[in-house]
Amino acid sequence: MNDRISADRSNRPILSLHVPEPPFRPGDEPDFSGMVIPSGGIDAEARCCSTAADTHPLALQLVRVLDEEHRAVGPVGPEARSRHLRKMLRDMATVRIFDDRMYRAQRQGKTSFYMKCTGEEAIAVAAAAACDFEDMHFPTYRQQACSSRAGYPMLKMMFRSIQCGDPLHGRQLPIMYSDKEHGFFSISGNLATQYPQAVGWAMASAIRGDSRNRRRLGPAKAQVRRAIPRRADVRPPSTTRRSSSPSSTISGRSRAFSASPAPSARPLPQRADRLWHRRLRDDGNDALCGHAATRWAPTGRAQPRPDLIEYFSYRAEAIPPRRSDRLPPAARRSMAVGDPSSAEAALFRVASGTMSATAMQSEISRVRKLQKAGGELRRPAGQGFDRIGSMFEDVFDIRPGILGAAGTAGEAREFLGHDVE
Amino acid sequence: MSTRNMIQAINDGMRCAMEKDDTIVVAGEDVGYFGGVFRATHGLQQQFGKTRVFDTPISENGIIGAAIGMAAYGLKPVVEIQFADYIYPGYDQIVSEAARMRYRTAGEWTMPMVIRTPYGGGIYGGQTHSQSPESLFTHVSGLRTVIPSNPYDAKGLLIAAIEDPDPVVFSKPKRIY
Repeated sequence: MNDRISADRSNRPILSLHVPEPPFRPGDEPDFSGMVIPSGGIDAEARCCSTAADTHPLALQLVRVLDEEHRAVGPVGPEARSRHLRKMLRDMATVRIFDDRMYRAQRQGKTSFYMKCTGEEAIAVAAAAACDFEDMHFPTYRQQACSSRAGYPMLKMMFRSIQCGDPLHGRQLPIMYSDKEHGFFSISGNLATQYPQAVGWAMASAIRGDSRNRRRLGPAKAQVRRAIPRRADVRPPSTTRRSSSPSSTISGRSRAFSASPAPSARPLPQRADRLWHRRLRDDGNDALCGHAATRWAPTGRAQPRPDLIEYFSYRAEAIPPRRSDRLPPAARRSMAVGDPSSAEAALFRVASGTMSATAMQSEISRVRKLQKAGGELRRPAGQGFDRIGSMFEDVFDIRPGILGAAGTAGEAREFLGHDVE
Repeated sequence: MSTRNMIQAINDGMRCAMEKDDTIVVAGEDVGYFGGVFRATHGLQQQFGKTRVFDTPISENGIIGAAIGMAAYGLKPVVEIQFADYIYPGYDQIVSEAARMRYRTAGEWTMPMVIRTPYGGGIYGGQTHSQSPESLFTHVSGLRTVIPSNPYDAKGLLIAAIEDPDPVVFSKPKRIY
């Protein structure tokens, strides 16, 4: 039987499975020569795009404000310079110090998980500066700067990370912050699970005729940072969003260089060309550009709106610090859009042209105070998973009877096999 | 005493709840203009308007995910999954997101939402329209799963489910529709 089938099909081409491979892996010499890098300055026409088709060119290239010399050029730069540059500079410096402190805390065993955002911080810094305090973010981890948007104290975040006064009682990963008051939705991971939730939030805002919906900025910014969101992940929220037109912006981040996710041959916005989004591919190292892109998310179908923003960047450092996960300094310089680690310097340079020396010094001093305070991080005794009695603390206003009363020390000892604090 | 069949009782339940609370919205495939494939939402859009009773795209993941966003905002979405057999694309949103939200945020966010879906066989629906996946949900902490056995219970149970501050999977045996 099989012989007969083989004979019958002998003239057919043999099928083969295609397993996609990235153009280069950690350890290889990256080559960005195939990437088109436009000069700095956002094309003014980008702001006038009214249909998804109009944004197609923006999905293929890399939109930038800064040029190779870190000078802000083009029509968008001045807006950011005058209104938000100071905040971005402060947030950039703050998140660097936060990262540094928490990295050390993690290596000292004070916290289990910590995710640095070195090389990617410009993305969250820019979004934080551009959003209104009433906007709701649906972020993932490595978006520490988002929480500073409405003044969430970084020191509190530090202590939360080591589960000292943690309002979530350790029920989330330490780096999965959540704060309703500051517009930071509970993080579910680095997956695209929160895209439809952000759309739902925006729909609710529109259903209730919320004033936020009439603001220039949309009320929901889904900033899920799946390394490269897959088209299948984006489709459900896309279809839901498209049918009801709520004001929401979906953004994703692609890393040009990382160990696990394969760099895509095609930008996400290009792959999502059948999803009817207005699309934009943004230089993730360019905070001014990220700011401008976020500001482009107004309300209403008649307005230009890049519904889908891809930030092109890469992770400069990782935790745990696997050497293979990092791009060596020499290779960073060969990055097509420059070394992301220099994003702070770029902001500094632009700021120095618009802020007084005193104002600059004032910003730096504020951040240094945080650095000093962070040095005192200590995890108090009695905190942590041994406190069985706290298992349902704060979860219910009235604890359901089925869960019983808070566990006693004796019950905990019986369960754990040793004494607890 | 008026007599109601299962569908009428469910329709009544939603209507009563929506008249009392304007944060309740009903969404799902064909629930708006058409009134639902089983007519459970018949007349609701005419009474409450298109922003409170509306159709969604055919995307169960999107329907439930969006309901979570609405619930987080402060609405009480009552979404319909046309057949329980279709619920699996939204399973992760139900189990990992809606059911876990209260616990993982220490009560900061709650998910007052109802997922209404007909289940079971006996209507010659074949494998894709006859499944009974309710047991998958009864084992999930943070989630309530209820099944009424008669129209009287259905109406009361649905109103109670809508008023519940946590997510409820409201399954209905379509054999007795």
